[in-house]
Amino acid sequence: MDRKGISLKIGEFASDVGQIRDLELSVGRITRDTWAETMGPTPFPGITALRSWDRLLLSRYRPFYLPFCDLCCLCTYGKCDLTGGRRGACGIDMAAQQSRIVLLAACIGAATHVSHARELVTHCIGRTGTRQRIDVGGVNVEVEAPITRLVTGVRPETLGDLGQVLEYLEGQVTALLSATHTGMEGDALDFESKVLHAGMIDQVGMEVADIAQVSTLGYPKADADAPAVPLGIGTVDTRKPVILVIGHNVPPAIGIIDNLHDRGLSREVEVTGICCSAQDMARYAPGTKVIGPISWQLRYVRTGIADVIVLDEQCVRTDLLDEARQVRSPLIVTSEKNCLGLPDRTEDTVEQIAADLASGRAPGVLILDPDKAGAVAVETALRVAPERKKQGVLPDLQALAVAAEECRGCVLCRRSCPNDLPIPDAMEQAAAGNLEPLGALYDTCVGCGRCEEVCPQELPIHSCIVASRGDGFSAETFTMRAGRGAIQDVEIRKVGGPIVLGEIPGVVAFVGCANYPRGGNEVAEMAVEFAWRKYIVMTSGCAAMSIGMYRDSDGKTPYEMFPGAFEAGGIVNVGSCVANAHIAGAAVKIASIFAKRNLRANYEEIADYVYNRVGAVGVAWGAMSQKAAAIAAGFWRLGIPVIVGPQGSKYRRMLLGRADRPEDWYVYDARTGERVPVGPVPEHLFCAAETREEAMVLTAKLCMRPNDTTRGRALKLTHYMDLHRRHYGMLPADLPLFVRTPADIPITMKDEVQKILAETGWKESTIPDPTLLPRLIRAGKG
Amino acid sequence: MAEVAGPKKASVLNQAEVAMAVIRRAKRPLLLVGHRAAELSLGGRPLIDWVIRLSTAASLPVIASGKAAAALNQRHHPPAACMPVMDAANRLADPAWTGIDGKGGSDLVLLIGLPYSMAWTVLSGLKHFAPHVKTITIDNVYHPQASLSFPNLNEEEWAEHLGALIEHFEE
Repeated sequence: MDRKGISLKIGEFASDVGQIRDLELSVGRITRDTWAETMGPTPFPGITALRSWDRLLLSRYRPFYLPFCDLCCLCTYGKCDLTGGRRGACGIDMAAQQSRIVLLAACIGAATHVSHARELVTHCIGRTGTRQRIDVGGVNVEVEAPITRLVTGVRPETLGDLGQVLEYLEGQVTALLSATHTGMEGDALDFESKVLHAGMIDQVGMEVADIAQVSTLGYPKADADAPAVPLGIGTVDTRKPVILVIGHNVPPAIGIIDNLHDRGLSREVEVTGICCSAQDMARYAPGTKVIGPISWQLRYVRTGIADVIVLDEQCVRTDLLDEARQVRSPLIVTSEKNCLGLPDRTEDTVEQIAADLASGRAPGVLILDPDKAGAVAVETALRVAPERKKQGVLPDLQALAVAAEECRGCVLCRRSCPNDLPIPDAMEQAAAGNLEPLGALYDTCVGCGRCEEVCPQELPIHSCIVASRGDGFSAETFTMRAGRGAIQDVEIRKVGGPIVLGEIPGVVAFVGCANYPRGGNEVAEMAVEFAWRKYIVMTSGCAAMSIGMYRDSDGKTPYEMFPGAFEAGGIVNVGSCVANAHIAGAAVKIASIFAKRNLRANYEEIADYVYNRVGAVGVAWGAMSQKAAAIAAGFWRLGIPVIVGPQGSKYRRMLLGRADRPEDWYVYDARTGERVPVGPVPEHLFCAAETREEAMVLTAKLCMRPNDTTRGRALKLTHYMDLHRRHYGMLPADLPLFVRTPADIPITMKDEVQKILAETGWKESTIPDPTLLPRLIRAGKG
Repeated sequence: MAEVAGPKKASVLNQAEVAMAVIRRAKRPLLLVGHRAAELSLGGRPLIDWVIRLSTAASLPVIASGKAAAALNQRHHPPAACMPVMDAANRLADPAWTGIDGKGGSDLVLLIGLPYSMAWTVLSGLKHFAPHVKTITIDNVYHPQASLSFPNLNEEEWAEHLGALIEHFEE
């Protein structure tokens, strides 16, 4: 770390030369600079410091807005009708209003990660002290915090050093959020620039959170061979007391695990988790059970398997108190951000609280001490499990048929279903005794419960779907490689060259939530496809779980089929949501470690490098949350495109390039200063795909970069053409845009491609040393 | 039931004559076809065959997203362009777009076969940012963001509506 605050107070001091009383001396920061690298141009950047870089990106990738609402309802002037080019009472137009809403979402996401980081750093300091050294991979990781170094210009060495970074992040999120107030920002592109800033802040926040917990909690440290962990409801031994943890902030789960360990009960109680708390719990204790992604909440709770439910924060269903009551599972909430109206019992004894929960006197409690929450959860589970095991909670087959008979076929359930699932037909079949169609919906249901909310008969449709799954849950037994955290420096050195030259065809990151159009299997199939093709596949969070819930014809899960190293053909689970920072961090480390570009507070140059050279693409197939929006924005500012599924169009705007406008696709050749055309690479920064097939074709296309060597481009074109032909039955019409020289043409398709080029009047172009930044032109600089 | 966004919502299209008149009045109409057209059946026939009949009868050039394009190719009725729907909509919203044939953009687009939520958002984008483009949806769900939309229809009604539109052009 490089900057420290000093505060000196002297109450009373007497000496031979005089007396000092009530002296207070404060020096804001002093520098303890142990990092030899020269400070770059943008340390601790404010919200306009990188505006010119953002404008460069946004001039290529113009926003295409998809408003959700015709109105603005944010102040008492309104509602204001913004249709037909009208402006609101404050003067805002529809484009600015949409970008304002996008900024709000990005701020919510960034605030959530930064706040989570603050909690984790505080928790970790409580365990080990401020002087705990940051260690995310021992000697294998020297660049321990690439994003933090890049953005702030400081190199954090201890947990205590992270405090200053967090102060900066908290200030930026506040400033960004203030820009959405009525009568603040009014220009759509300036809003968009702030969205990108929020994304960058979010990436730092995630990095701080993860390096704090990796350094302190005994997680795998940049370990390609992180342990395999059980995944799926079928892995749970339901004869034992079962505790369920849902959310993202791991300390309460650790409280449970530690309490069980201290009492010698680790083998007697099942600790299960959903969403990122499960990811991090598995990094802490690989024997715990990961149930599944966020969409498993309702279905798992409805099975009644969990004897106690513990909630922390983020992406937790807000109706879980009601749901827990329905299955008679005591509920413990542990986050001051998610109190659910429950009484604060933090100061009571474990015995008092457990007794109240076990007896049903208290259906739920708030406990703001993670260790006490863990102790209460264990004690309560031990008390309630024997009785609860005797109860069935899902409808039995007879009750299911009765419920199905009550269905009037009004079709409201199908209309409200985000995936248009054929629920009415399935209910009709169930009423006739055939449960198979209803059970088949289980794999594609996202567990939102909207079908039940609209049912005029108040039928427990979701429970019926869960109960009619033919095999119970025995088939839901998989494994996932625990989150490994950062990428080792040596891995970057090995693959940096092949990635930048295009000889590894791309780095594809499958991230985000589980709002899938057709189930999680699609994510797994895409990951497997790209791993077979020798892309580097990275993953995190719920997407990493969905990838694990898949078996090939030999019965292997993708984590058993492919290695966990950052190498061609690897499937790399970095960990929970906050571990997403290691994905962006890997791209940044390629610029820093492989290309030896200055990292320190040098955001624009590094982003320019990543954008022009590192063929990375994010695929957030089930993106749902505001955090996912912020994470995507962090990738965009680094010039990394993101593809979302069809539901992702609800984020209200795309950032789309125009391949049909050749004037948009010029770069500077850093060697000569000439402006040269490079084609639409990458074509988009943010785009929703309609189907899995479209996402795969787009992914292969968006991995192309101006810097690709001819060999690299030929390889990337091979995959693009092959996927396009396989899924669409023809070669891509835009193929000539990506061929710069005859050597770019894949050798096996030479005749075919040459014929197309000849028909379209294709002309050869040069391959530059690409940059968007005039200041990086070397010509004339000696 | 429809997810209405605000004061400006689609007129319900119940009469084939109205649709035909709007299409005939358009200078450069387009048919935008999503992947569901390659997956659904209507009246015992693949929906993609209805699309081919309509595009042929009304002389509508087709922009198809991937799977729909594959289905059209299989039937030797290749689309004028194959591109993601977001690309198509983004181009349509640009008054300076030179069109799929280089001769000019479009003033009318008919949509069929997109996922509901995606059609909803794309139609919203066009409603607000492409005042020069009229939109018609001919799926079996009411789309309030369109200029004109078929109402919510069961399969039989949908076949009737679509059939009537095609037959008017075939006559």
